[in-house]
Amino acid sequence: MSSDQNILVKLKDAGFQINDKWLVKNVSLQVEKGKIVTLIGPNGSGKSTTAKIALGIYKKIDGSVEKNTDKIGYVPQKISIDWTLPLRVYDFMLLTENLDEETINNALSLTGVSHLKDKNLGDLSGGEFQRVLLARAISKKPELLVLDEPVQGVDFTGEIALYELIKKISDELNCGILLISHDLHTVMSATDHVVCLNGHVCCSGSPMDVAKNNEYKALFGEQASQILSRYEHRHDHVHTSEGEIKKN
Amino acid sequence: MFDDFFIRALVAGLGVAIVTGPLGCFVIWRRLSYFGDTLSHSALLGVTLAYSMEFNIALSVFIISSLIALTLIHLQKRTNLPGDALLGLLAHSSLAVGLVVIGFLTFIRFDIMGLLFGDILAVTVKDLVIIWVGGALILLVLKLIWKPLFASTVNYELAEAEGLNPDRAKAIFTILMAGIIAISIKMVGLLLITGMLIIPAAMARNISDSPQKMVVYSIIGGLLSVILGLFSSLEFNTSSGPSIIAAALFLFILSLFNIKQSIKLKN
Repeated sequence: MSSDQNILVKLKDAGFQINDKWLVKNVSLQVEKGKIVTLIGPNGSGKSTTAKIALGIYKKIDGSVEKNTDKIGYVPQKISIDWTLPLRVYDFMLLTENLDEETINNALSLTGVSHLKDKNLGDLSGGEFQRVLLARAISKKPELLVLDEPVQGVDFTGEIALYELIKKISDELNCGILLISHDLHTVMSATDHVVCLNGHVCCSGSPMDVAKNNEYKALFGEQASQILSRYEHRHDHVHTSEGEIKKN
Repeated sequence: MFDDFFIRALVAGLGVAIVTGPLGCFVIWRRLSYFGDTLSHSALLGVTLAYSMEFNIALSVFIISSLIALTLIHLQKRTNLPGDALLGLLAHSSLAVGLVVIGFLTFIRFDIMGLLFGDILAVTVKDLVIIWVGGALILLVLKLIWKPLFASTVNYELAEAEGLNPDRAKAIFTILMAGIIAISIKMVGLLLITGMLIIPAAMARNISDSPQKMVVYSIIGGLLSVILGLFSSLEFNTSSGPSIIAAALFLFILSLFNIKQSIKLKN
């Protein structure tokens, strides 16, 4: 077990609701220095919501969030840059922190987009934009990185390279990473801890444990679990459309 | 030197343009042009109150516009009315109440046209001091909140997540908007202040590829509009505010040719 000083952010029974509908409920998790925690789950299961609770974007929450760092790098799931705002990659890198030229160049070349430095953000492809987002988040050498589907739209070889980069960053900077993904293949191997969400925490543990878990299999299907292991399927509850959980 | 009314108007206009340049960029980026209208319409109420209580006009407008702006932010969180309906409600009701109050103030002769469209002759040396000191203050504060304000303009959640406190920056920016309206109301009039904010900035967008450039071009565009507008208003005996805005429109149309060229180059 790790000591408390290593905990960067800790959620205890956290939940968030809009218009009396719970987006996510009773989530407890913690991210420690040098560790990668991955949130997985189907669409609408509250992955991004959980990340936003951890980041303090959602404030009126149930439960508690304890954050022990303010050096945070965030890659949101979606960002749209309006045409009215002329913004080059270079300007975007300086968005939340003043960095020197060398730091910017290093970060951009780590994610393989140094040639795009003077391009307008609006002219980038989806994959290029994603690499720039990641470069910006790591350039400020954060203690906590929150990555919401950081490789969406990135080509297959690039995807693997970026996950390797994320793993490397976590080792080098000794920063904690909260990673959101539904790309089980690549994520599972690089992760220290997996939290499987579906409006609540379905199961959590090491990647191996989660893959063996019945609830995980019920969510992602038999094939997903065969990525890591083969196991029998038994689901003990169902999810209604209102987000309630009924035991079978 | 400030004895001549035209020099006074020019110095006042240039002072206003330097401040509307960067603020106007944010108005465009954050899609606040109707918000600017609401604040300037509410300025009429501020002016009438200043007259009826023999109070400084700029200060009175600043206070009333700030109050309206803060009310708006509050209402946006509390009601289900869409944002534009809420803006329209506040804009027109404060305009109407302002005009009704004018009706009661029969003992004062109002130059309504001057109020609506600006009045060169009315600019005094005291106004110049208010414009330049107030303007410098606005720019100073804007520089201080630039980072959080700009970051949250690009993406609110990113700014919030990385600890920049975007809500505070937004509230301060709202006060700055009330400030610019208060100091520029005599120059361009309350119906045209939003034009002074957004037209030079829109022109600047057409010829810039970075936010800093857009701010600089927006200031230059505003300065040119004031010079062109005031000289032509002297030449053709037209009112100052509309002439300045018309000059700004002229510059905007010129900037459109730059877009056409860059689109051609791309193809």
